[in-house]
Amino acid sequence: MLRINEISKTFDRGSVNEKRALHRISLSLDEGEFVTVIGGNGAGKSTLINCIAGIHQVDTGSIILDGMDITFSPEYKRSRMIGRVFQDPLLGTAFDMTIAENLAIAWAKGKSHGLTAGITRADLALFRERLALLDLGLEERINQKVKLLSGGERQALTLLMATMARPKLLLLDEHTASLDPAIAKKVLYLTSKFVSEEKLTTIMITHNMKAALEYGSRTIMMHEGEIILDLAGEERAEMTVERLIKYFESRSGTRLENDRLLLA
Amino acid sequence: MMNLATVISSVELGVIYALMALGVFISFRTLNMPDLTVDGSFVLGAAVSAVLCTAGHPIMGIVLALAAGALAGGVTALLHTWLKIQPILSGILTMLALYSVNLKVMSNRANIPLLNQKTIFSLPEWVPGSDYAALAVSSMVLLAVMLLLYLFLKTKAGLVLRATGDNEQMVRALGVSTDLTKFIGLVLANALVALSGALIAQYQSFADVGMGIGMVIIGLASVIIGEAVFGTANLLRRLMAVILGAILYRLVIAFALELGMPPTDLKLISAVIVCAALSIPAVKEKFSVLRNKISAARGSKEVSL
Repeated sequence: MLRINEISKTFDRGSVNEKRALHRISLSLDEGEFVTVIGGNGAGKSTLINCIAGIHQVDTGSIILDGMDITFSPEYKRSRMIGRVFQDPLLGTAFDMTIAENLAIAWAKGKSHGLTAGITRADLALFRERLALLDLGLEERINQKVKLLSGGERQALTLLMATMARPKLLLLDEHTASLDPAIAKKVLYLTSKFVSEEKLTTIMITHNMKAALEYGSRTIMMHEGEIILDLAGEERAEMTVERLIKYFESRSGTRLENDRLLLA
Repeated sequence: MMNLATVISSVELGVIYALMALGVFISFRTLNMPDLTVDGSFVLGAAVSAVLCTAGHPIMGIVLALAAGALAGGVTALLHTWLKIQPILSGILTMLALYSVNLKVMSNRANIPLLNQKTIFSLPEWVPGSDYAALAVSSMVLLAVMLLLYLFLKTKAGLVLRATGDNEQMVRALGVSTDLTKFIGLVLANALVALSGALIAQYQSFADVGMGIGMVIIGLASVIIGEAVFGTANLLRRLMAVILGAILYRLVIAFALELGMPPTDLKLISAVIVCAALSIPAVKEKFSVLRNKISAARGSKEVSL
């Protein structure tokens, strides 16, 4: 489904701030595969996702999604095949518009955003039905503005918006990192539910090693712009958080400076 | 107190300027973009309209003015989206260029009088002899524009346009080019501004190369006054608020003139009104901090007693 061939990305090349973010990364995902990505700060996790999404252009290499070379296609065009949820709950929704209006834009994705009715009666019924899946009571608040929702509610809504048009690829960039633990758990649960029900090919960055092993079918670890571990199958099933941390420290030669990574 | 004739002529002006205010509403509020093209595209509309009036085609003048304004908005949009020039600067550049363009349109004259020319307000078909002919014509145009704009903003394209002002990143993530939505928005906004200029020229029987100075501020003042007085509960209410704001603004100005204020002070007054309106949140905040300080001071005194 997704084939990444030796992509590299360096920011501010030639300046004192030059930063090699990705170094000849290759990664292939089969249809329906759910990969979790872990790694320390500055490992290149977000850059990888942003390069796939088209926010950044890669310096070299190519990205093929569902047989189409999207290496040079603009962000908005590839978005028609890709669903995204960001770390910041503010980025996923239009805050001064209603829940229904936000869903209408998401629902029209890849179809048409032309001069047809923004929201029809049938749309509203469908949106209520989908919102009910979130189990947050949002279906009762469908005509409220999104700015009235909490961060967790927004993130759940963004997840629904990202998945409802059945994208070829779902990209999740630490989408529960800024939520409080209870709602973060809920959003993670919803994520795995939608992903498995729709059999979505998914890449999820997480700071939570336990979640990285618990969710999905494959886990990769990044360090300084390279993939240093790629776990699947039995090897992954036997992996524990403690061994993962030890592995990371031996491979990277650094101790995990940051206990954000360790906290379950 | 103002006499009826003054009130009517203020309302007439307000109705025509409301078209311009709707344009400003689209760029400033819907797209969240400070588009300063307005000062130039307003005159462009007036110039095109006046030139065609002198050639005997007042209606064609209105139509072409609309198209010319759209073109001007398109230029600003491309400067911003293709060439990545800041939105405010893109608008200023187009506005500056339009000054020369407008003079060219007006054959290098600073002023085109339309006395004794046929205009859409004097065409015999329109309610002959009535005092309210001008008001009827411009109200009809305004109502049609408002209705179309309302319907447009309710379509999928309209939703995406509104979302662009809220959150560009989200719009791109949902598969729509924000370059395109900005283009459409600015084209639409400046078409309305030019339409307003075109009608003003025919209404006042002249076009002047300097008539657009401060127009964007007048538009903004109308939007802000309208929102403050009439509210922003839903889309229809917001559009009506902009229109009523534009009329109210004209009435306030007429009242100030009535009180003996020299007309040359008008721009100063407009600037003061917009300053006052924009600073309301900051002033409120300062007052509430002050109140908290006072009550905290009182509280600590009570404790120490």
